[in-house]
Amino acid sequence: MHNVLTLRWQKIAGLLAALLCLAAFVFSSIVFGVADISLRTIIESFVAFNGSQEHLIIQTARWPRALIAAAVGAALAVAGMLMQGITRNPLASPSLFGINAGAAFFIVAGVAFFGASGLSTMATLAFIGAACTAAVVYILGSIGTDGLTPLKITLAGAALTSFFSSLSLGLLLTGGQTFDQVLIWFVGSVSGRDIHIFNAAAPFMGVALLGAIVLSRHMNVLALGDDIAAGLGQKTAYIKLAAAIIIVLLAGGSVSMAGPIAFIGIIVPHLTRYLVGNDYRWCIPYCILLGSNLLLAADIGSRFISYPKELPVGVMTAIIGIPFFVYIARKGGKA
Amino acid sequence: MGQWLTIRGRAFSFQLNKRTMLVIALLLLANAAAVVICVGMGSQRISPLAVIQTLLGHGDGPNTTIIYNLRLPRVLIAILVGASLGVAGALLQGIVRNPLTSPDIIGITGGASLGAVIFIIYFSHLTIKLLPVSAVIGAFAAAIIIYAFAYRGGVTPMRLVLIGIGIATAITAVTYMLIITASFTPTAVAVKAFTFMTGSIYGVSWTRDVATLLPWVAVLLPVAFFFARHLNVQELGDEVAGSVGSSVQRTRLMLLFISVALAGAAVAIGGAINFIGLMAPHIARKLVGPSYGGVIPVSALVGSLVLLLADLIARTAFVPLDIPAGVFTAAIGAPFFIFLLYRHRKGA
Repeated sequence: MHNVLTLRWQKIAGLLAALLCLAAFVFSSIVFGVADISLRTIIESFVAFNGSQEHLIIQTARWPRALIAAAVGAALAVAGMLMQGITRNPLASPSLFGINAGAAFFIVAGVAFFGASGLSTMATLAFIGAACTAAVVYILGSIGTDGLTPLKITLAGAALTSFFSSLSLGLLLTGGQTFDQVLIWFVGSVSGRDIHIFNAAAPFMGVALLGAIVLSRHMNVLALGDDIAAGLGQKTAYIKLAAAIIIVLLAGGSVSMAGPIAFIGIIVPHLTRYLVGNDYRWCIPYCILLGSNLLLAADIGSRFISYPKELPVGVMTAIIGIPFFVYIARKGGKA
Repeated sequence: MGQWLTIRGRAFSFQLNKRTMLVIALLLLANAAAVVICVGMGSQRISPLAVIQTLLGHGDGPNTTIIYNLRLPRVLIAILVGASLGVAGALLQGIVRNPLTSPDIIGITGGASLGAVIFIIYFSHLTIKLLPVSAVIGAFAAAIIIYAFAYRGGVTPMRLVLIGIGIATAITAVTYMLIITASFTPTAVAVKAFTFMTGSIYGVSWTRDVATLLPWVAVLLPVAFFFARHLNVQELGDEVAGSVGSSVQRTRLMLLFISVALAGAAVAIGGAINFIGLMAPHIARKLVGPSYGGVIPVSALVGSLVLLLADLIARTAFVPLDIPAGVFTAAIGAPFFIFLLYRHRKGA
């Protein structure tokens, strides 16, 4: 395996560097924007909140935004990593497997049939929708003797996406009045999201991320192939089930926080494997940090690319992701 | 001779499969029956007999008005769009040698949607007539991008599909972003854009829609039919196709062009109707076997039949709502896809 960081101290140094980077990005995410803010004001807003406009901006807009971006980035990256490991498909990721479209459909259906309203109800619906779709994809992915080929499962995701979007749009068109409430769930964004949504979903995500770290040794064994793993005494079905639950929590949590954000789950795992190789014990922490970094960076970039208007970060990642995706697909779909 | 019917002349000779001929005849009958039912159903019921009389030119005044001005254009568009999508799907599945693809899954339809949405947002206050043009441009732009990205001394079917799906994801994100951010009158623009993206043949007219689509279909369907033998060769795989004397890459590009043109034209008029391009070729192969000489005409007929029925349900099941037909093609199509996936679970 030709990865960049081979020695143990290099990998630890890399983690520390990524951590520093993360701190810098969180800081920049709070500082940069239409209203400029100094470091002192930031610290003051945490230790001595005085209700001034700047403190309000920090506490209600910038800080939640940075937190959500970091959490969602980490969750999507780890979810992508685990999905790729379990489906043995280098293109596996939440966004390509129809999970976002499923979440959007549940929101639209909830609004149309049960009159759901309010951001937190919708976030819950998104979570349920994402979880259900993830389960469907997972079941589809395990049809056949050794799972489906990368091509087929990617096609299955695409078909699910177009199925759910057709139904959502049909409901929207016949319902009529629900447009503006629902529209934001069709494009991923971390701005204007409430800190309560973060607080509600963060525990699940935290547990799932911890679970991923615990699971990483078992994932290493599973990566040898089902038969060998079983031969080494692993109960592969349990490990796969645990990984599936973690994926569902992570994908569901991130959709409920930020809506559909494409390609993070593809870019980051590949970048990680390039840096540290295939050992999940290193991959998972790297995924967490690199995912946070990437989404924070994309979010900061999205504020300036058509300044003073903001581009939704989901569109940014979709555009950044294309070259990566093309590169991986051109390699013939091998990891 | 058995199952073949041979026609020989001085300069040509055909072998026609009797079973294929029978299937085509039956499908034509089914389509005709569906047309009569579709024209008859609606808020003003017209009996099948009256429909046939009117179509033959012996109807009474009110029926003639309803049929000729309202229902017949819609039915014709359903036939043309359904047939085009069916054939576009058959061509694409032949090109990429994968039975699970269709123009909507690999982003060609998405490109058309993006073209249409850009037009709706920025130019619809000027004229609505050029919307189909914009959609066709979008379809071709998407196809060119996909082809270019997949090109590495020729394109392989697998790269074409994977890159198509990736591009489709990005196109969707951009499309929604445009709808959400650029809409100064959100609801009106969103309704138009979403109707297009679901696929609906509501309110079509003779002059604008039928007259626009008919020439495309009239030219491209026969062309597709005459290219069927190239598809049969492509199905053998690149090496074998090359060794029997086919210039694989050039033929592939040509076939792709026809497929995109058909899909683009259909989507331009009918909107992004999903899954017909996936289903029709499968049903066709089940009926007449894998040879494309039979699959292409049968796909066209099956496609038009499916869309006629989907539109009939969309129009009449939830009166007074007129639901986009694309909702129903998706509702049938996705389970169909999962079934296919299950059947093809072994092998690449």
